[in-house]
Amino acid sequence: MAAIMLSAEHISIRFGGLVAVNDVSFEVREGEVYTIIGPNGAGKTTIFNLISQIYPVTGGRIRFGDRDLGGLSPHRVAALGIARTFQNIELFEHATVLHNLLIGRHAHANAGLLQEIFFTPAQRRMEFAHREKVEEVIDFLDLQHYRDSLVAGLPYGVRKVVELARALCVEPTLLLLDEPSSGLNLEETDDMAFWIDDIKNDLGITVLMVEHDMNLVARVSDRVLALNYGQAMAEGTPQEVQSHPAVIEAYLGT
Amino acid sequence: MRFIFKTEYDQDIRLFKHGGAKFWYGLLALALLAAPSLLDEGTRDYYLSQMGFICVYAIIGLGLMLLTGFTGQVSLGHAAFLAIGAYAEAILQARGWPFPLSIAAAFFVTGIAGIVIGLPALRVKGIYLAIATQAFGFIVEEILARWESLTNGNSGLHLKPVDFFGIAIDTEARFYYLALGLLALVLLGMVNLMRSPTGRAFVAIRDSEISAQSMGIHLAKYKTIAFALSAAITGVAGALYAHKLQFISPEQFNVLVSIQLLMIIFIGGIGSFHGAIFGAIFVIAMPEAISAAKDWLPAAIAGQPGLEPTVFGLILILVILFEPTGIYGRWLKIRTYFTLFPFYRRAMFKRQKAYMKSERLR
Repeated sequence: MAAIMLSAEHISIRFGGLVAVNDVSFEVREGEVYTIIGPNGAGKTTIFNLISQIYPVTGGRIRFGDRDLGGLSPHRVAALGIARTFQNIELFEHATVLHNLLIGRHAHANAGLLQEIFFTPAQRRMEFAHREKVEEVIDFLDLQHYRDSLVAGLPYGVRKVVELARALCVEPTLLLLDEPSSGLNLEETDDMAFWIDDIKNDLGITVLMVEHDMNLVARVSDRVLALNYGQAMAEGTPQEVQSHPAVIEAYLGT
Repeated sequence: MRFIFKTEYDQDIRLFKHGGAKFWYGLLALALLAAPSLLDEGTRDYYLSQMGFICVYAIIGLGLMLLTGFTGQVSLGHAAFLAIGAYAEAILQARGWPFPLSIAAAFFVTGIAGIVIGLPALRVKGIYLAIATQAFGFIVEEILARWESLTNGNSGLHLKPVDFFGIAIDTEARFYYLALGLLALVLLGMVNLMRSPTGRAFVAIRDSEISAQSMGIHLAKYKTIAFALSAAITGVAGALYAHKLQFISPEQFNVLVSIQLLMIIFIGGIGSFHGAIFGAIFVIAMPEAISAAKDWLPAAIAGQPGLEPTVFGLILILVILFEPTGIYGRWLKIRTYFTLFPFYRRAMFKRQKAYMKSERLR
């Protein structure tokens, strides 16, 4: 069995009286696509925000490899190799696609301020290196056509892909995808499924995903965790989870 | 219509994107350098003086653009940074510091003040930040008026002409060249910064703090850098401003000045280098245009004391309503109209409405 990449051990978070995530444990293994499903408000995105340290957990802990993520600042998480996308697309709208992807390279930029202000030859070489990596991602996701377009003028489906591309530019080992297919049409969802497969198989990136579209989930996921009201209901292969009585009850009612 | 066939990454990075840009900017630089000898003898000093002011205001515009236009942090306290730079220069010159050292000191002192003011910016946003910076502006104005042993209080300070490596900057032409040179330096440094990771981090913070964080951008660090650099650049402009006026006193740096400085970037075009320059030209040229127009207006209007602020306010409102991208945005549209003629469409620059953003954490 592959090594464990990310493990959540009995994590909880409480916002005032509301327990958004209650004692949830799961482990993501290296090289798999692990999906969290659940009805709206089940706490799926909150788990993502806990992993990226936007909120601190109020109980339990999250380990990445053998490192405890607790207490890290959010910007340090990217440097560890965890990249994410957002449910409601958080791109830098008044910048071009290329510019957005270059910001994704930030975790790998470490020049001094003076070097940047004088734009030394070393700085220029570094820009070339970043650009080369960005072009690889552009090739991978077929974004050539949009390279110089402003994000503010792009259709929703393309923005979704740009956001995925930006996350890939971080060169993550773990990719968090928050509803990659929301707002996409059938064809675009199909593309997304291919890309997630390629990300796993060709790039060797482990994927943790939140998703509602059960076709997509069944197609790409290795294992699935179902949540309801912040609590884990079932875990297993997509088929096992889909046929689990508690899951059926949560989605369809009794 | 120009299509640039790109074969290397450097084409996206270099300063001039194509030969045409190199030609026109080169021509502009030549014209600016030759201006003192091209201008007519009688009006030369007047125009050079105005152009010197434009350079100083353009430097301030660039400083404020870095903070407000690129990083998205509003400041209503930039007159205070201008004041700190101006007073640092005046006080150090009186103590006999040579100009290169004193202007460098003005840069660093104001930069440190910027860091101090940047601290609340890490906690508050938007209108609250505007209030916090405005309060800072009042405090500085008050300190300058009260700390009489250092600043001579409300009686103000006089400055001698700059001594630049033995050359006395005592004519309008010399001051113009000095201001133009510093403007070019600041502009080059800022263009370099904006094509580097730090500049991109600023833009990322402006557009979405949460995803900037998730890309590994340390919000506090970059906001502090933005505040420090913006203040430092404004401080340099303050030092020049003090020399230009030859006399400074606290009431020259009140909150109205801060608002005037914001007008530079809003009218010029927020989020672009051109905007800062256009805005500076506008803010200097407008009062001249108004006083020229007074001769044509009926005496009842021309004689009104509040005419100038009223016209300024009106223009600001009109710009925000009808051309939020300012003079630079309008210039881009006119240019596109001619390059695409006759295929320009009105909707070409219309932005789609941003998609709904629920659950924004910010």
